Amino acid sequence: MNPTALIAEDEPLLAQALKAELAAAWPQLQVLATAGDGRSAVREALRLLPQVLFFDIRMPGLDGLGAAAELADRWPVDEAPMPQLVFVTAYDEYAARAFETQAIDYVLKPVQPERLRKTVLRLQQAMATQQQQAKPAPAAADEALERTLAQWRELLAAAAGNGGSAPPAASTAPLKMIAASEAGGSTVRMVPIDEVLYFEAADKYIRVLTATHEYLIRTPLKQLLAQLDPEIFWQVHRAVVVRSSAIEAVHRDEAGKLHLDLRGRPEKIPVSRLYGHLFRAM
Amino acid sequence: MSVEALPRFRAENVRGMLRHGLITVVFCCFIAAALAITQHGDWGAQMVYSLSIGLISWLFIDVGRLLISGHREVLWPPGPWGYLLVAGGVAVGFLGGNAIGDAWTHQPLLDFGNFTERKLATTIVITLTATVCMCFFFYSLGRSKYMRSQLDLAQRNATEARLKLLETQLEPHMLFNTLANLRVLITADPPRAVAMLDRLNNYLRMTLSGSRALAHPLAAEFERLADYLELMSVRMGERLRYTLDLPDELRGTPVPPLLLQPLVENSIRHGLEPKVEGGAIDVRARQLDGRLIIEVSDTGVGLDAAQTSEGSGFGLEQVRERLATVYGDQGRMSLAAGPSGGTLATLSFPLQPRS
Repeated sequence: MNPTALIAEDEPLLAQALKAELAAAWPQLQVLATAGDGRSAVREALRLLPQVLFFDIRMPGLDGLGAAAELADRWPVDEAPMPQLVFVTAYDEYAARAFETQAIDYVLKPVQPERLRKTVLRLQQAMATQQQQAKPAPAAADEALERTLAQWRELLAAAAGNGGSAPPAASTAPLKMIAASEAGGSTVRMVPIDEVLYFEAADKYIRVLTATHEYLIRTPLKQLLAQLDPEIFWQVHRAVVVRSSAIEAVHRDEAGKLHLDLRGRPEKIPVSRLYGHLFRAM
Repeated sequence: MSVEALPRFRAENVRGMLRHGLITVVFCCFIAAALAITQHGDWGAQMVYSLSIGLISWLFIDVGRLLISGHREVLWPPGPWGYLLVAGGVAVGFLGGNAIGDAWTHQPLLDFGNFTERKLATTIVITLTATVCMCFFFYSLGRSKYMRSQLDLAQRNATEARLKLLETQLEPHMLFNTLANLRVLITADPPRAVAMLDRLNNYLRMTLSGSRALAHPLAAEFERLADYLELMSVRMGERLRYTLDLPDELRGTPVPPLLLQPLVENSIRHGLEPKVEGGAIDVRARQLDGRLIIEVSDTGVGLDAAQTSEGSGFGLEQVRERLATVYGDQGRMSLAAGPSGGTLATLSFPLQPRS
């Protein structure tokens, strides 16, 4: 069976060019579809279940990172193995530097045949090992899935510009107080970080939740994460960061999805598949 | 500017002080020599008097000035304190220096009665004049050094601002994506590739040299907008539609170069690019009561959604600043929600720049 791929790229000429270059570098590869934005990329990927994804980082609607994070959660792992993910970018200073330092594969636009051939080689090797290990036992399949998820995690962290699993040494000092506005009010409250149980990114805000109150801040989650102690606050979802010591229990529902109970909050917190490794029973 | 407390006796201050001391010594030697020659006095005694008075005054004033204002950028006490310090320096130097001199020459200590009236007056006048001259000399020296450092700082800031402007105009993401498209067209559609290259050429030339010219005709400004929009529409395909509407009688109106560029760029980057289905940009110029009205409207995601995305502020700030420079309070810009969603930016300024 021929390997399959999906291209997500909002500029039609560039999508066409990548397809042509791929045809030369990997003749067997069958490009099932090209999507012009993040949402339709997710939709098409879930419909076609390709083996390789080429995602542009900057796309309208949902960007490449958002699309990948959503796919990681919604991918039907029982039907098909998690696909290989390759980011394509024209110029993203931070992402490119992060990719470079962590030797993560990515493709720069304009796509150059030489460079693309290397990526293709790596993809072929990864898919070969995946197939070998997926066959013998379900345990091995789990292991393969975990490896792919770890890869995605690194890729997403690097592309988001926060340096992946190894945060930069010269990060800013951990935040002690948060200046937040009360929901619906104009007063700014100083909230001690020790009282915060979790953060949740909503549309344009981040909700800051303590045992008794809810506040709002406008700092992007990425920026906030850089100022939090990673030992104390864990990212468990693209939009959620929780205080690890407040986690009381982890539940798995019938669909296999994880949820957290927090001491002091009634809500159930969803855990993304990408961060499921944090809660594997010891 | 934030006033940061610096150590009073930091190395550069002490170095400056010692330099002053050295100059003072040389100056005092000259005075002693002049007095010894004109009054046929004792060279050694004149030297001791002169150096003692000079060095004590110098120590008093220089240490005093650092104690009072060494932690600031201007190393001279403000207002009356400066005069008081000089007066104090003269008095202490005069008394202390004469005391040392008297001790050296074994004369009664500070017995000014021994001096003739004229001699006392001469010594006071020389001490006073020399100290004031030296202080003024050092003060101007320090001041010009301070001005020079301020000028350097201003120049550095200006260079940084220019670099930032250039970086926004030559946005690397736009440039590399355009090159990527060009690379495709070269093999797929050579005539279109040539047309695109010409547009890119115009765009780059304008961006790189535009900030230097003071004004160009509105028609040229619209042509550059067309270059940019054409480049973007190759990239965005059907997701970008645009119209440029410039009445013939306004073609020659002088405008600051690249005035409209940031508005159109914002419309694309923060309005249309985030929108899946894309949209339209319309640029219209018209005349109203001796004023030129230019409207840039788009059907993008709108002000509210765009506000959270970074980077739109700098471009708008640029436009505002340039309007203010050329037209004073006669230049206006407003930003509002468009009639059919999206954003409407309106510029309004006199047809003729103020003289």
